[in-house]
Amino acid sequence: MKDFIIPDRDFGTPAAKSKQMVTLTIDGFDVTVPEGTSIMRAAAEIGISVPKLCATDSVDAFGSCRLCLVEIEGRAGTPASCTTPVAPGLKVHTQTGKLKQLRRGVMELYISDHPLDCLTCAANGDCELQDMAGAVGLRDVRYEAIDTHFRAKNTSGEANPQWLPKDDSNPYFTYDPSKCIVCSRCVRACEEVQGTFALTIQGRGWDSRVSAGTKADSFLTSDCVSCGACVQACPTATLQEKSVIDIGTPDRSVITTCAYCGVGCSFKAEMRGDELVRMVPYKHGKANRGHSCVKGRFAYGYATHRDRILNPMIRDTIHEPWREVSWTEALTFAANRLRGIQEQYGRQSIGVITSSRCTNEETYLVQKLARAVFRNNNTDTCARVCHSPTGYGLGQAFGTSAGTQDFDSVEETDVVIVIGANPTDGHPVFASRLKKRLRKGAQLIVVDPRRTDMVKSAHIKAAHHLALKPGTNVAVVTALAHVIVTEGLCDEAFIRERCEWDEFQDYAEFVSDPRHSPEATEMLTGVPAEEMRKAARLFATGGNGSIYYGLGVTEHSQGSTTVMAIANLAMLTGNIGRPGVGVNPLRGQNNVQGSCDMGSFPHELPGYRHVSRDDVREVFQQIWGVEIDNEPGLRIPNMLDAAVEGTFKGLYCQGEDILQSDPDTKHVSAGLAAMDCVIVHDLFLNETANYAHVFLPGSTFLEKDGTFTNAERRINRVRKVMAPKNGYADWEITQMLANAMGAGWAYTHPSQIMDEIALTTPSFAGVTYEKLETMGSVQWPCNEGAPEGTPLMHVNGFVRGKGKFIRTEYVATDEKTGPRFPLLLTTGRILSQYNVGAQTRRTANVVWHDEDVLEIHPHDAEVRGVNEGQWVRLASRSGDTTLRAKITDRVSPGVVYTTFHHPDTQANVITTDYSDWATNCPEYKVTAVQVSPSNGPSEWQEEYNQMAGLSRRILPAAE
Amino acid sequence: MSSASAEIAARVEDILAAHDGVEGPLLPILHAIQESFGYVPQDALPLIAANLNLGRAEVHGVMSFYHDFRENPAGKHVLKLCRAEACQSMGADRVAAHAQRRLGIEWHETTKDGAVTLEPVFCLGLCACAPAAMLDGKLVGRVDEAQVDALIAEVRA
Repeated sequence: MKDFIIPDRDFGTPAAKSKQMVTLTIDGFDVTVPEGTSIMRAAAEIGISVPKLCATDSVDAFGSCRLCLVEIEGRAGTPASCTTPVAPGLKVHTQTGKLKQLRRGVMELYISDHPLDCLTCAANGDCELQDMAGAVGLRDVRYEAIDTHFRAKNTSGEANPQWLPKDDSNPYFTYDPSKCIVCSRCVRACEEVQGTFALTIQGRGWDSRVSAGTKADSFLTSDCVSCGACVQACPTATLQEKSVIDIGTPDRSVITTCAYCGVGCSFKAEMRGDELVRMVPYKHGKANRGHSCVKGRFAYGYATHRDRILNPMIRDTIHEPWREVSWTEALTFAANRLRGIQEQYGRQSIGVITSSRCTNEETYLVQKLARAVFRNNNTDTCARVCHSPTGYGLGQAFGTSAGTQDFDSVEETDVVIVIGANPTDGHPVFASRLKKRLRKGAQLIVVDPRRTDMVKSAHIKAAHHLALKPGTNVAVVTALAHVIVTEGLCDEAFIRERCEWDEFQDYAEFVSDPRHSPEATEMLTGVPAEEMRKAARLFATGGNGSIYYGLGVTEHSQGSTTVMAIANLAMLTGNIGRPGVGVNPLRGQNNVQGSCDMGSFPHELPGYRHVSRDDVREVFQQIWGVEIDNEPGLRIPNMLDAAVEGTFKGLYCQGEDILQSDPDTKHVSAGLAAMDCVIVHDLFLNETANYAHVFLPGSTFLEKDGTFTNAERRINRVRKVMAPKNGYADWEITQMLANAMGAGWAYTHPSQIMDEIALTTPSFAGVTYEKLETMGSVQWPCNEGAPEGTPLMHVNGFVRGKGKFIRTEYVATDEKTGPRFPLLLTTGRILSQYNVGAQTRRTANVVWHDEDVLEIHPHDAEVRGVNEGQWVRLASRSGDTTLRAKITDRVSPGVVYTTFHHPDTQANVITTDYSDWATNCPEYKVTAVQVSPSNGPSEWQEEYNQMAGLSRRILPAAE
Repeated sequence: MSSASAEIAARVEDILAAHDGVEGPLLPILHAIQESFGYVPQDALPLIAANLNLGRAEVHGVMSFYHDFRENPAGKHVLKLCRAEACQSMGADRVAAHAQRRLGIEWHETTKDGAVTLEPVFCLGLCACAPAAMLDGKLVGRVDEAQVDALIAEVRA
């Protein structure tokens, strides 16, 4: 880690985990460290920095640079301190005459083949080679550089075959071979930290060079996923962020939290003035442990993209162009319209949608706006369309609506089931941590209709891939439970102690029925019975078993049932309540956990407490000074239905593009078009804004203070690193809207909002900004019982008391294939793009994915005459769109797959309005479709684009 | 996929199948491919990587580490001249210069008629009979200019 400018001490080698402690003496000082620690790290622990080049604490010691030599009394020679472990009683010397001479000799050789252009080098002041030359006292280089790697031409003017040009194919960083010292840190970071194995050292001796992929590859065409671990590991300017080349080195850093996925990586935002120079994953971030993906590290350019809207805008009807107005005018316009609607159509005729992209504090204010100012419970959030079944299912089984583990838990797992999740694309940093554990011997079972990269990629291979037919999750998980129960593999002691025994017996009787056996369900699920049995036995007997799942579980008509089936499976096998096990939903958005916690749902006040509970309402009524409605409000689909019926007329939608992200686009647009006041609060004129009357420009995560809660219930601080370009942080804007409607709120900092949350919500009772400042982060519940938070849930007992087994009857979805729509469409994501793409499409990430494509099996393609790259029409009972085909056997015959990152495709025109029976979570993952060759965009796409173009007109500001 | 690369893929897949279950399979596979094709086609690398669950970069790293694995077909005959210390002390440089002049090529090149590829090698273990050479896998000791001429004449015959 290059850390000269903004120190974040590099200990040289990773920490050892042994509990056995060893004491030795280094330069006369005693030091006690865990067994297995390197001498280099032990020295660093007491502040002695042994010079080093090839060592960094994110990767294992390598011992190649020969700079970190030390002398040990009683041992011959000068061993490398990075590869030599400590031993009791060693007397180590790090700075002797002999060592000094050796190190200078080594540095002299390095420098003899290095361009001495430090002053104009991008890493000037941030280069470990430079630092080490200083540290060893290099004053002279005796070797004349005749054969070099850094001169494009030799002394007689001929091209130097050893010189390689800079590779700037990656949009975010460059590879300059002329500055490379071949320390292999990048190669090792790619292998050990990221687990992609995209880099190697080609050749040997003098010919050794870092190579991405094979000879014909560049960084862009190689397997590189642009996570940046190599750039971070590089000690020189060889791998360098383009932003640093453009701007210069940063001079300060602020710890903050990534605003992309639910992993919630901690970052150092490295700044120069108020310009963001680079994002560097924070080593002490407990979710990511110093790693990141391409989105978090590099894709922040949207924050300053020219498409960002910075002034409030209004219009009387959606057919008019936008008018830029002052904040006061916009907020007064919005407040008057909302009040007007309520006067005409009643209190229940308006509502809010909170954002999973905004902070806890902002979300809390938006639901408070509905409950305390609108005086109804019409609040919902995008978790409705992703993890609402998780909240419901886990709440029923365990008593809390959240994952049971922290991410560190994966380091102790032995058998992992990944079901309905594609972590290498959706949750890349978690995937890297999981792959690291798999390479150390843990076994993997993947349940997914598609052969994802988790099933098989470099150095990992799933023991079992259960390639089920989309929509049969419940049948598969129940069949796994059937095998475990009927073959006597249950953890009876755990069940007797921790769960309701009567309910278990009822469940056991249900699940033992032969109709749930793998053999009986094979026709239905498409999973070979024998494979299913083996997978079940492996999970039940393989040691610590953990289950990680994503939207492939929840976004089904039986999403909640599958979540319960997963909870059953974990309880059956006793895999709850200790490290390495558990049920772990991989939450989609940065703060989807938080937005659920904050009472975004129409039936729940903050902390998942039903609005009908008098005691809970009383708590809020005391503080808010208003009476709270005791009837649940409308869910998003109900709001839209009511809008079409004419009873719901106004919506304040913060940071969510429901038109693109919600199912059955045509229904969404009809609902929005029927409203009188749609307020969109966002960074960009998103698709929903095409139907809006008020646009309130939002602020980015770089421009505000607050907290995000990630998938492991970890509350992380978001810190303001620059002033909001739009003038206000989002929480201020919500407050101004509330006050325009007469609320009289007076928060001056988000910490005051958090204080109110802590005061009203038991699981957050102990959370304060001071505590977050000292601890870095904390996992809820954080209260009197757990003042330091709760990394693992249900350790001594379930939150609800005893674990509850629930019967999980498989009911096929009503969305069925037939002669007209014979294929099943399932949807997902890709690494470089995020959700509806509003942010990532406005970054250089488009080089990896600039359009949604339809994955189709070669057999299905052939019978339809579809060729690779050809336009195809994708039609369902709801609608049709066109996109290009990609022919691949990653999908099974009968299944097609696409992503929903691009508004041009509008994949949700296709999806239906079927939804989860318990929570209305839409069934994105199963749609019966037909595919046929096509000439170009569909009628809907053309009409929509035309309409969007008209709708985005902005009048020039009045003189 | 062109027919040439399809043919390569088919042959490589056969070789991979023949090595199924072999412990430490990468080097034996690279050897088998070189034996079959006379070189290791770049198109083979991703196939090997996919088969062994490696990154294709890793396969490239291993292959490029060993000079004996060729990226391109060699000439009909391969003449290797030892360049290590013992042979140098017995006049290997002089003999090598003669060979290059006579063949009209530099190290690692192949004559225009495709008959001979000339390669340096570092120690054939035949120091007692330095300078040493190897022609198509057969050792030749005490090589001088005349012997080089004879060897070249033999392979061109």
